[in-house]
Amino acid sequence: MTVATIQGREVHVDVEGFLTDPTEWTESLAETLAANIALELTERHWSAIRFARSDFETIGETPTLRRMATTGGVTTKEMFELFPKKPAKKLAYVAGLPKPVGCV
Amino acid sequence: MTLSTGGLRAVASRKVKIEVIIKRLLILGAGTAGTMIANKLFPRLPVDEWKIVLVDPSETHLYQPGLLFLPFGRYEAADLVKPTKPLLPTGVELVTGEVEKVDVGSSSVQLVNGETITYDQLVIATGTHPRPDMTPGMGGPQMGVSVHEFYTLDGALALRRTLETWTGGKLVVHITELPIKCPVAPLEFAFLADDHFRRLGMRERVELTFATPLSGAFTKPIASDMLGGMLEERQIHVEPDFFIERVDDGVIVSYDDRSIPFDLLVSVPLNMGADFVGRSGLGDELNHVKVDPGTFLAAGSHNVFALGDAAALPISKAGSVAHFAVDVFVENFLDHIAGKAMERRFDGHANCFVESGAHKALLIDFNYDTEPLPGTYPIPGFGPLSLLKETRLNHLGKLAFRPIYWHMLLPGRRLPVPIAMSMAGKKMPLRQPEREDSIL
Repeated sequence: MTVATIQGREVHVDVEGFLTDPTEWTESLAETLAANIALELTERHWSAIRFARSDFETIGETPTLRRMATTGGVTTKEMFELFPKKPAKKLAYVAGLPKPVGCV
Repeated sequence: MTLSTGGLRAVASRKVKIEVIIKRLLILGAGTAGTMIANKLFPRLPVDEWKIVLVDPSETHLYQPGLLFLPFGRYEAADLVKPTKPLLPTGVELVTGEVEKVDVGSSSVQLVNGETITYDQLVIATGTHPRPDMTPGMGGPQMGVSVHEFYTLDGALALRRTLETWTGGKLVVHITELPIKCPVAPLEFAFLADDHFRRLGMRERVELTFATPLSGAFTKPIASDMLGGMLEERQIHVEPDFFIERVDDGVIVSYDDRSIPFDLLVSVPLNMGADFVGRSGLGDELNHVKVDPGTFLAAGSHNVFALGDAAALPISKAGSVAHFAVDVFVENFLDHIAGKAMERRFDGHANCFVESGAHKALLIDFNYDTEPLPGTYPIPGFGPLSLLKETRLNHLGKLAFRPIYWHMLLPGRRLPVPIAMSMAGKKMPLRQPEREDSIL
């Protein structure tokens, strides 16, 4: 784990840059994280991010694409449009959540 | 018929007649985990206190690791199947039936045939199963013709028939979505297919592609780097981050509109836990039971456990995980029913042989926190098996595992390997491989 300085503030990140402490995340930090991976956040992005944050708070896990589609109200097709190529990882990154554990 | 809990057993003594209530441990599923649990707990639970009842829809037990070899004609179906009953102690009651629903409120299980069985403790060990019907176009008329899977006996035999007359073309090995049981099996299939076509002298007529929703060959970086290199050496093209939307005529299409044409598709369909898990409100989106990863107790329950592939654990779905998990579970369970705290915690220990073709295999050993690393196993510094390295001995180890499975593992005999994963004998490579799965 390393410390990165984003927006002049120190946050804890893993080797891939995912925040390791979700409480260090702020909405304004999300804009910078999104810019890091060439994303401009729209209201649809925010809807996915807000669901992911609240779902993590409830069940303690980053939502998978399947969970986003069945519970989060964002279809997999739309997730690929919003967060191209690696939607689950990109959503987790921008939302300040750990990488999804679906990959075991 | 209703089998109610608390069967009464009259125990005569000299002065008074005491009625002892016999409790029921109900195990759903007679696969690797369920059978091992029954065999390990039966001698540990007094027969005048506990009755073990096992429910399974099938009367036979399938050696699932052998399915990988079936399409290449290395095993016959009869080598992989045995009747279930002789695999269990005579005191364990085996009920053949399919579960409709678990009612945790009344601690009872309803079977599809209308029968109800109550329980004092319940273990769900009904595994996970390929569901081609969940991907549009996959479960259609081409299933068993140009579209195949090898995770069921029928599927593996159909693939064998196709391969016997296949003259070459585009072969796509494909993973639908994680988690799947035995996550190395699709890689092994690709390696064995490469070897198979070389032996037949037709490798140059086969274009081999490995399409995966992962960003690399495997889930863990160091092993992924090594296995990815092995695919490259064999001219097997990897299509990473491929998340399938549908199967069209001779082509698989991803959600981001990439198309991979095939003449022969060998897919690992979506894996889902038993439907009754979902109907009973015990599962996640894929009907895998949410449990404490250390004790296997289902979320919010005091008498429902889930083990093996049926459980939603952050580790591979594999028989080896079931094996190490059952060892931890049995001791904890005995404490639990004695009213004590369950103090042992499962570490997520898994190991798998990875068949790589040409009579060689790798062995990987890992857990929740430690990814597969190079080294020796099970004796540190000696082996005789090598970790994360292709050897002939590892291949022989994989073949030797079949009799070990029937004669030692399922009966619950102790294998000469540690239950918890050990770092002894493992080496962290000096240079970390480049992480392919960058977010971009």
